[in-house]
Parts: sequence; structure tokens; C-alpha cells
Amino acid sequence: MINNISKKLLTLVALVFVLTINTFAQDGDAAAGETLFKNNCSQCHAVGAEVVVGPGLAGIEERRDYAWLKKWINNPAAVISSGDKYAVELYEKFNKTQMTAFPAYGDAEIKNLLAYVKSANAAPAAAAPGAVVAAPAQETSGGKFFNIVLVALLVIMGLVLVALLAVLKLLSTLAKGESLEGVPSAMDNLKSALKGLSANKTIVTAVIWMFVLIGTKATLDGLFKIGVHQGYAPTQPINFSHKLHAGDMEINCAYCHTGVYKGKQSGIPSSSICMNCHNAIKRESPEIQKIYTAIEKNQPIQWVRVHNLPDLAYFNHAQHTNVAGLDCENCHGDIKNMEVVQQRHTLTMGWCIDCHRKTDVNSKGNAYYDALLTAHNSTSKEAMKVEDIGGLECAKCHY
Amino acid sequence: MENTNKRYWKGIEELKNDISVVKNADKEFNLEGLEGGTYRRDFLKMLGFGVAAVSLAACNAPVRHTIPYLNKPEDIEPGIPNYYASTFAQAGSYCSILVKTREGRPVKIEGNKMSGVTKGGVNAQVHASLLSLYDNERLKEPTKGGKKIAWAELDKEVSEALASSSNIRLVSNTILSPSTKSVIADFASKYPSAKHITYDSNSASALIEANGTSFGKAAIPSYLFNKANVIVGINCDFLGTWLSPIEHAAQWAETRRLSSAKGGKKTMSRHYQFETGMSMTGANADYRGMFKPSQEGAFVANLYNRIAGIMGVGSQLSVANGDFENIDKCAKDLVAAKGASLVVSGSNDVAVQTIINGINSLLGNLGNTIDFGTTVNYKQGNDATMNQFVVELKSGAVDSVIFLDSNPVYDHLLGADIAEGLKKVKLSVAIADRANETASLCTYLALNTHYLESWGDASPKAGYYSLTQPVISNIFNSRQGESSLLTWAGKYSDYQAYVKNVWNSGILNGKTWTQALHDGVYESPNTALAGASFSGNLAEAASKVSSVKSSGIELYVFENVTIGTGIQANNPWLQETPDPVSKVTWENTAAFSQKTAADLGLEVGDWVNLTIGAKTVELPILIQPGQANDTVTVAMGYGRTAAGKAGNVGVAMLPLLKGAATASNLWVGGVKIEKTKSGYTLAQTQTHETYMGREAVVQESVLSEYVKNSKAGRFEPMIATSDGFKKPYSISLWNGHEKKNHSWGMVIDLNTCTGCAACVVSCQAENNVSVVGKAEVARAREMHWIRIDRYYSSDAPEEEGYSVAGYKAMETASANPEVVFQPLMCQHCSNAPCETVCPVLATTHSSEGLNQMTYNRCVGTRYCANNCPYKVRRFNWFKYFENDNFDFHFNNELGRMVINPDVTVRSRGVIEKCSMCVQRIQAGKLTAKKEKRRPVDGEIETACSQSCPTNAITFGDMLDPESRVSKLLIQEEEGRRFQLLEEINVIPQVNYLVKIRNKDGVKKAEAVAHTDHAEHAVH
Repeated sequence: MINNISKKLLTLVALVFVLTINTFAQDGDAAAGETLFKNNCSQCHAVGAEVVVGPGLAGIEERRDYAWLKKWINNPAAVISSGDKYAVELYEKFNKTQMTAFPAYGDAEIKNLLAYVKSANAAPAAAAPGAVVAAPAQETSGGKFFNIVLVALLVIMGLVLVALLAVLKLLSTLAKGESLEGVPSAMDNLKSALKGLSANKTIVTAVIWMFVLIGTKATLDGLFKIGVHQGYAPTQPINFSHKLHAGDMEINCAYCHTGVYKGKQSGIPSSSICMNCHNAIKRESPEIQKIYTAIEKNQPIQWVRVHNLPDLAYFNHAQHTNVAGLDCENCHGDIKNMEVVQQRHTLTMGWCIDCHRKTDVNSKGNAYYDALLTAHNSTSKEAMKVEDIGGLECAKCHY
Repeated sequence: MENTNKRYWKGIEELKNDISVVKNADKEFNLEGLEGGTYRRDFLKMLGFGVAAVSLAACNAPVRHTIPYLNKPEDIEPGIPNYYASTFAQAGSYCSILVKTREGRPVKIEGNKMSGVTKGGVNAQVHASLLSLYDNERLKEPTKGGKKIAWAELDKEVSEALASSSNIRLVSNTILSPSTKSVIADFASKYPSAKHITYDSNSASALIEANGTSFGKAAIPSYLFNKANVIVGINCDFLGTWLSPIEHAAQWAETRRLSSAKGGKKTMSRHYQFETGMSMTGANADYRGMFKPSQEGAFVANLYNRIAGIMGVGSQLSVANGDFENIDKCAKDLVAAKGASLVVSGSNDVAVQTIINGINSLLGNLGNTIDFGTTVNYKQGNDATMNQFVVELKSGAVDSVIFLDSNPVYDHLLGADIAEGLKKVKLSVAIADRANETASLCTYLALNTHYLESWGDASPKAGYYSLTQPVISNIFNSRQGESSLLTWAGKYSDYQAYVKNVWNSGILNGKTWTQALHDGVYESPNTALAGASFSGNLAEAASKVSSVKSSGIELYVFENVTIGTGIQANNPWLQETPDPVSKVTWENTAAFSQKTAADLGLEVGDWVNLTIGAKTVELPILIQPGQANDTVTVAMGYGRTAAGKAGNVGVAMLPLLKGAATASNLWVGGVKIEKTKSGYTLAQTQTHETYMGREAVVQESVLSEYVKNSKAGRFEPMIATSDGFKKPYSISLWNGHEKKNHSWGMVIDLNTCTGCAACVVSCQAENNVSVVGKAEVARAREMHWIRIDRYYSSDAPEEEGYSVAGYKAMETASANPEVVFQPLMCQHCSNAPCETVCPVLATTHSSEGLNQMTYNRCVGTRYCANNCPYKVRRFNWFKYFENDNFDFHFNNELGRMVINPDVTVRSRGVIEKCSMCVQRIQAGKLTAKKEKRRPVDGEIETACSQSCPTNAITFGDMLDPESRVSKLLIQEEEGRRFQLLEEINVIPQVNYLVKIRNKDGVKKAEAVAHTDHAEHAVH
């Protein structure tokens, strides 16, 4: 079914796979195991002894031998149906919830996982989840231009004030001189003063200009906000909490947004992904019942899209997450603390460009950038920014 | 071109300095109907409306939903394309393909490089078949008498009627599929009275029959053009339409490729073409001759006699000795290349094909360039059985008839008789995708699927098999024809299982079904070549050909490259693709030679009535250089009445031929011609986008010169400076652009480009290029990003060179000119003139050598297009989508499914142009980056380079020393490499290679041209 190109890629992947096995087959790499665990296992299993969906994994190697574990991980259904006593008991104990099969896991992956479980239990305190979230890119919202306009306006207003004061002074002097002739009321005084003011061309012009400038500024501000939906947080059909899932439960973003490292779209998870956990957890919750209803009625859930880019802009998640190694929070804000997802950044072109100007290219260990980096370093002492390799060019995003 | 005394011209209009050409020569844009100007009040109104609209739009952003799968299929990841191998097999045309799908909908067709037949090549019709899937005019439901019927009911009624029938006929075009044939056999075993009738609209029945009598093998052999040093085509468009054009073009190109490297290949085949009209193949020939259709037999017999005479073997055929242009030379070359030559004919006349067999046998080509070891299945139609069927149908002897994906009422010569006969049958069923000309006359219409929704297989040649798999579920309530037949035969109708069973039991030999499905092909070719011994009756054939009588003007009907026999007529992509030679879109024309037109008092823009007996058709005329005198050529495939909105254009020609003795060979004599009206503008693209008088764009030479000097034909302009003459690129006003990472570029070999337009349609599909329709094309507003310029050339007589008479002579069109095809897209100039004039920086330069066009920035001043020396920029005069004035596929939801989601659909008022498929470049780079490596050459291909059947276009990174482009450029640096308009120093990223013709020398050609001129002077 897959085309020959992807077939070649598969062969390549398989080759890398084999090489990896050769390298790591002896004993597991706990760090690699941790990544695997967090991406694929932590939704149901704890490293310690506590039960999440499935049993805690502490001491798993004492409970079962390696060969059994491998068989189990690769195909739990087969082990259960083979009538293995331990497996059947486990199946019954956990409400006949079957573990997801990971047929692609070879010895290397499983050993890495086991090494991680072992190391995590050996030093439980050290492995506290303390990963520092990268600070979101500084918000500038194209401010410079407006600051200039504001300062200019202030200066103009100041000048107008000075002019007014000068006129007042002049008028009051005049008024004093003329007070010998009659006794004009204060009202008359004000009237004549205003008359004088409105007759003064400089003042009228200044006032008109002031209004024009303020009006222009307001219009411009308004125009610049068209299509910018910073703070947009629509109500979703299901009250899904990212804080609970991504924050408290620490589920890896890519577990649900499966495309985020692979392609253009990160992807909204299909209901089947929800069911990986929720066929066992909190089934009775009215929000989760909505998913069941959707599946029963065969009607997909219509989520409201929060982050919208215009059709004329091409954005690819994989380039930013996989290649550049950026965290999701960079653009989506502190998603782990959002009950309702909100658009935190402006997502304007200025905002994109700003980041491309400031961000270093994640060139380390990526042979694609080797020649570029050498060329860059030969002419510059600065780090190679995205801008330096054409990150500001039109056809990088518009085609 | 300044360095030879040749004059290039795009059409008669240009050559004669027609008023329309002169008027528009300096105008990039046709402003007809627009030059009113905008008035202040209108401007204010629009401004007011604009402000109101913007403020309204700003109030409330529309809520956009995002709908995920309920249960995501494992192999689909939104945003990432999947490719599936499949097969295009339509009425004997064959191509092994990969279908690119996005989120479950097919968006592009590519060639399958694993196929040993088409080898990754694709042609225009195959590319466009994608759009036929999304044809909104396909029927939505099966019908009975034009009214919707449920499948169950239809099956019941049809089965009952079949059971009570005693004489059933199943009519189809050539079927390449072994499984379909097996289904038909199953059907016939259930209904023993059922007979399968196969016909082809453009039949090769005579070829098969002649092979039967000549060699005892009633089959079509494989033709190995790649093994031939001398190729002769006789009314045979083997590069465009004949049998397996994709395969032939690749073979032909193999013999045409040259290398300027030391010790490189400096030999090429010599290609002769003798024909009536100028075909695409003829346009690519080295030497070309013309004859009237009635002289076809006499020509081949004369060729036989000359060959036999030179070789001193065989007896001379008794035909009148005729003199044809280049025939003696051809015979001499053929004899010299004995055993490595090939003579092919597209004739459907048994006598002609018998003599052709005699010639090939005489030359010892059988078993060398003609291989009976691997016979081909492209044409299986049998004229005799089809004619017999029509007789039976008319007499009422047939009581049930099923048309399996065929439309003989339109595309068979006897269509009218079939329409009449259908009134007498009890049961008539059409398995069709729309109520076409035949289906609308049948009681039942069992709605058929498109091939991209179907299972199937094909065997184009003995030992070569390929599979068709569905890439989208049925869009309408349709069912594929095979399933319908199986249902009526009372069998289990799961056709996927059926095909699998056929393959597992009879075809796959050790290979798994999954592997075959993945590859798309399974091949176990017979590698041993096999010849055949000739035992044909040449004397009888000779007497037949000499008995052909004709008078007056002869009409010849041919199959053109884009519309073919008209099956896919309702395809706006194909309709808008200019015919490779005439460059006419959206209709067929009556092509006359200049002399004949003058004799008949016809001029450009006239319409004529062609009358044969009581039948008349009216057509616009086309003055076609290279057309035989006293003939008129018209394409078939047009004039459909029930194809759909786009397809019902032009004039149907087969009804005009009907009844003539020579109709099966698609010609008829004694045509009466009268002018009806004049002043018509053809939607013809040939004189659009002029170079403003700069002419050094085509560079060519002949082989004999090239062997001596690999830079033969190169035009190397020099610029006068204060330090004397310098090469243009050595001085510059510009700083240039630094390219550190990639430098995307192209090399286009004019020697192997056949002008087939596969790239044009491929580009259109990849880049969401709009279809604008006939009226807009006529106003020079076509949107194609790549065009194929077609130049004719006349030789100026040397002795008259720079005299008034010399120039005068150059203004006369050669009766038989040379032709050059030159694909032209944005040249991505390093010193791009467009970039400097854009007031809003909408067109800029990238660090990878691309000239970028940013639509959202463009304000539509069109300065860039005015300043472009190559005229490759296109302006969106209208919003071409969701606009009832452009009622093509962009105007309905189904049609818009074909849109490539990675490319913006441009709106009104912006300029667009070739982006060098930047979306593919970006995608390829990302794949490489994800895998932490550099992109490999060939991994990134543009739509045009990928689809070229002859690999004339090579794309790649010029900074990668291992890329094919870099290697080609090094190889041709001191050879054929040139860039267009070097003298203006724009330094394009696109390179061309000089066209080399395998001619003896310039002298000879001039002499021929000269006599033509003399001839014209008389008239």
C-alpha cells in the first residue's frame, strides 16, 4: 500500500533500528527509556508501585522474566489467549482492560524501558519532574511604531498647551487694558477669549491636526487588530482540560497530537485516542459520555479551532518541533495550566518574523546544516539565526 | 536567431505581420473591454464599500471548526500525503501510476518508476484523468429510462431480462485487464448466447490482420524504437497517440540524447516522418515528407520498391512510380541501417500494413527492432466483428446489449446505425459514468465508477501486469462494471477478492499479492527477442493500393494528443491544454496548407463548411504549415453532445466519414469546401507572450556540425564595452545573490522534448492553476505556468541573404518547415528584472536561487509582467473560483477537491507564475532535516520534471556536485548549454541544451525550402 518511497524510508528506518539494537542490546539506556516511557506508557502505568490504569511497574523484573515481558509488550492479546495463568489473572484483575500492544518494540526498546524503571525506583527523589519550560518568546506586538506615534502625539499636545497658555496670557493682558472702558462680565470675558481662540488660525489648525492624528492612530490600531485574535478562548463542545491532562497528568503532547513531530498539522486527536484511557477511567463523567455518544452515533466531535492562520501562510509543525526542537509552549503559551485553551500570542507575521530573527538554528547534530554552519562561522562570530539561513524569505511560508 | 540565416516564427500571423500580432506585439496584456478607466465617483463608492466591508469583517471572526476522525486509520496522518500504486487503463491506453492522496482524496498523479513499460513517464491525458474523478457531471445514481432506480431493483430487472434473452452482446473498447476478461467469460458461461465485441475508436484492426496474414501471428509486436538508428513513421503519431506513446517517447529519446563530454555519445537516430497533417511526431522528425491520404498506399509501395531496388532483392511492386519529398534519401538510409531500422505506420488499411511488414522484413528488422516475443495488447478491436454486430443490431437479431464502459454511438464510425439499432433491442444496458451519447439511448444505466475508485488490473504486454486499486471510496452511488456483470451472472460480486484470486492463481509466480499491490506492477518479461518470417501477399497488396482512387480535396481525421478519441472530453484541463502543434484550445479546426487555403480563397479567421454528400459540418480554419496540399485535417474527439459543459465543444468528424469506402482508414476524398464566415479569433496560444522582437531564444544545429564542434549552433552574444567586446555575464550592475545552501536549477534538453504537454497538465494539477475558458484564452489570458513554445523556421536562401528579395522570401511560410519545441516557465533570473520594478516587494529573491512571488503582497500593478523578458508571469484578471462566469471545476465543491492543499488558490488582481514547485522543495528539505541529512538528488522533483516521459527536464540542486543537473551542466558547459537571452544578463537558473537535428547539413534543407518559395511565388 505504501509507495516505494516510503518503503525505502521504512528500510532505512529498519536499518537504523538494527544498528541501534547492535549498539544497545547489552544493557538498557535509561534516558532513552524515559522518553519512551513518558510518551507511551505513563498514561497507564506508574514507575512506582501505585496503580494508574494498569499496575505499577516497580519491581517488574523480579515479578516476571524478560522473555515473558517481551512477549507481553509485543502482543498482550496473544499471551492472554495462550492461557498464560499470570496474564489471565492480570486481565481479570484490571477489569478486562487490555494493554495496548507495541509490536514494533525490539529488545533495545524494552531493555531501555526496564533500565529506566529500575533507575527511577533506585533514585526516586532525583528524577522529579523539574523540566524548566522555556520562557515564551517576548511579546513585542509591533510596539516600536506605536511608541513613536505616542511620543510624537505627546510632543504635539505639549506644544499646543504651551501655545494655549501663551494666548491666554496675551488675552488676559489685553483684557486688563480694556477693563477701564466697561465692566464686562466673566462670561463675556470667556466668550471673547473663545472668539479670539477660534479666530486664531494656528490654534484651529493645531486642534484639527490633533483630532486627525488621534483619529488616525485609533484607526490604525483598529486595523492592525483585524484578524488578530489574541486571547481567543472559545467554548469547546467538551470541557477538555489541558491543565489536567498535560499539566497534572503529564501526558506528552504528542500522545494525543500525533502529527506534531511528523507533519504540517499537529492533529486533533481522534476519539479512539481518548478511548485508550477513557474506556477505563472516568467513564461515568458526563463530558466523557459525550465521546461515547459521538462514537455510538458515528458523528465526529466538532471542536472549535483556536489557533488560526490565514490560508496564505504555510506553517509546518514538524519543522518547528522536530527540526528546530521548540517546545509547544513557545507558541501556544503555558498550555499546561490552561483549563480552557486560549490563543496567547498574536500569531501575526511580525510575531513570526521576530522569532525568526532572534532564534538560533538548532543545527547541532543535524547534518543538513553542517555546510551552512561552516559557511556562517567563517564570516560571523554570532550564532546562526534562522534569519541567516533565509528564514525571513517570502517563499518560506507563502506559496 | 542572429547567427544563422533562419527566421523563426510562431504562426502564419506573425510571419505575415498580421494586424493583430503587430498591435499586440508590445502589449503584454489584452485590455480589450477594460480601457475605460476608473472614475472618481466609482473610486469613492468602492472606497466607502471597502471600509464598510472591512469594519464589518473585523467585528466577528468566523468560528472555524476542526473535526478529527472518530477512529483514525493507522496509515493516514493529516497533512502528510500517502502514495498508492495504481494503473490507468482506458480503452487500451496504459500507464502505471502513483496516486498522491491527502486526507483520503487523490490530488495528483505521478508516474510509477517501477514499471518496465512506462518507466515513470506520464502523459497529459493520464494526468488529467484525476480531474475526471471530480467531474460534477458524472451521474449520481443508477437510472432506468433516465429516472433513478435502486441497485437491487436494477439487478433484478436486468437479470430477468438477460435470462429471457437469446442473443446477448457485450460491447467494449480494448480491455487490458485479465480479470475483466475473466469476468466476461464468467458472464458468458451463465448466458451462453453472450458474445463479447471489442472495438477501438481509432482502430488498429488492419495492423493485427496484416500481421496475421504476413507472419501468421495476428497480434501487435513490441516496437523497440531505442534499438533503431533510422526510424520512419508513416501517418503514425507514435510519440503522441499511437499504441503506447509514453513508452515509445522514452525509447525514441534514448536514441536522441547526446553528450558534449569528451568521448560522449555523439550519435543519434535519424527520424523520418511522412504524413498528411503535421503531427507532434512529425514536428519532431529530422526529415519530413507529405502525401495525401489517397497516396499513402502508393507511398509505402514506392518506398518498398526503392528499398528493394537498392538492396537488389525481391521483386518490384507494380505501382506507379511516385515522387515524394525525401523518399529516396529515406530508402538509402534505411538500407544502410539494415537490421537497426524501424518502419511503422498508423494506417488502418491491411494492404498498407502488409507492405510495411514487407519493408521491415526486407530490412531484417524483425527480431531486432520488432519483437514478436513480447506482443502488446493496446489495441484489440476487430473492425469486422464490430461491423457484423452493427448489422445484427440493425436487423433486430440482437435482443440484449450491454455497453461496458464504451460509447460507440459517439466514437464509432457506425454510431448512427447503432443508435437506430438500439430501438429494436429488448434490453439495453450501459455501464457508464454519465448519460453519454450511448447510455442516454439505453434503458438502464448501471453507474460505473472512475478507475481511481475501482479495483482492477492490466496486462499491457505479454509478461507485464499491473494492478489498479481504489484510492477513494465511491463518491456517488456507483458500482464498478465488473461487479455489475458478476452480479448479473449470479456470482459473488466482491471484485477485489476476484482480482486477488485471478492474480494468485494465474499471474503471481512466487511474489506476494501485497508486494504486487505495493509495487503496482508484476513483471516477468520474456527477454528473448523473437522475429517472424514474412509470407504476406505483396502483389495483392500492391494492386489494392494502386486501385485507390480519389479526387478533389481529401479529409483526414486524426487523434490528437490532448483530447484523443474524446473519452475524457469533459475535462477542462485537457480542453485548455494547447494542442502541441496547432496550439489551439477548446475546439477542433480544419487545417489547410497555406497554398490550399490561398487556392480556396481562405484566410485566417474564416469558417468553412466541409461537405461530403448530404452531410456538412462547419469548422473554423487553421493555416497549418507542413500540411499536405489539397488536404484538410481535423481532429476527432470533439463535438460530443452528452459529455458535459466543458466537453460539448467542437465538431464530431466520424459521422462525416461514415459510409465512405475509406472511412475505416479515417479519410475520404472529394470534400466540398465553402467559406461561411470570417473574422473569428481562435483560442490559439501560439502567438501570445512574445519576446518583443528578441529572437535568440531558439538555438539549434545539425548533427554533422555538432560532431565537428560541440558548440555548433550556439549563439554567444558579446557586449561592447570601453575595453572591447565582453561576454554579457562578465559585466554587471548588480551585486548578485549569495547562494550558500541550495541553488535550484534546471536543464531542459531541446533534443528530447517532444512537446507532448504532459508537463503543462502536471503543473496545472500541482499548482492549482485556473482554467479560464475559450473566450479568455482567445484574449491571451491563459494561466498556465509552463508553456511549450512551438516555433516554425524558414531558411533564408543564402545567395539572397541580405537583399530585399531575400527578406521577402523569408516572409513566406515554408510549406514544410522545421519545428522546435521549447518548454518555458519562469527562468528564476538571478538578476531578475521583475524584482526591481515591484513597488511593494511582492516578488523577491530567495537565498536558494528562486524568484519568489508573494500573492498576499501583490497589488496587481503588473509592472513585473511588463518587465519580464520571457513573458512568464500571469495576471488573475478575474476570480476564477466560485464564479459562475468560469463554470469549470473550481466552480463546484466536487471539482475543488482536486486542489493541492499546499498551494494557495490565487484570487483576482494578483500576478502568479512558476514557483519551481517551492512547496515540493520545502517538503523535501523538511524530510531531509527530520532525518538529519542533506537532500539526495532526485528526492525533490518539480511537477514538470517528474512527469516528463523523455526526461527532457532535469531538476536539481546546482550546488550539489553529485546532482544530475550539476553533472549535465559540466558535461555541456563547453557544448550545448545555453541560457535564454544571455545578452540581457539576467542569468537564469534554467539552462537549455541546443537542439540538434540529424541532418546532413544546412545546405540541403535550404534547397528544399527554396523550391517551396518558388512554388509560392507562382500562386
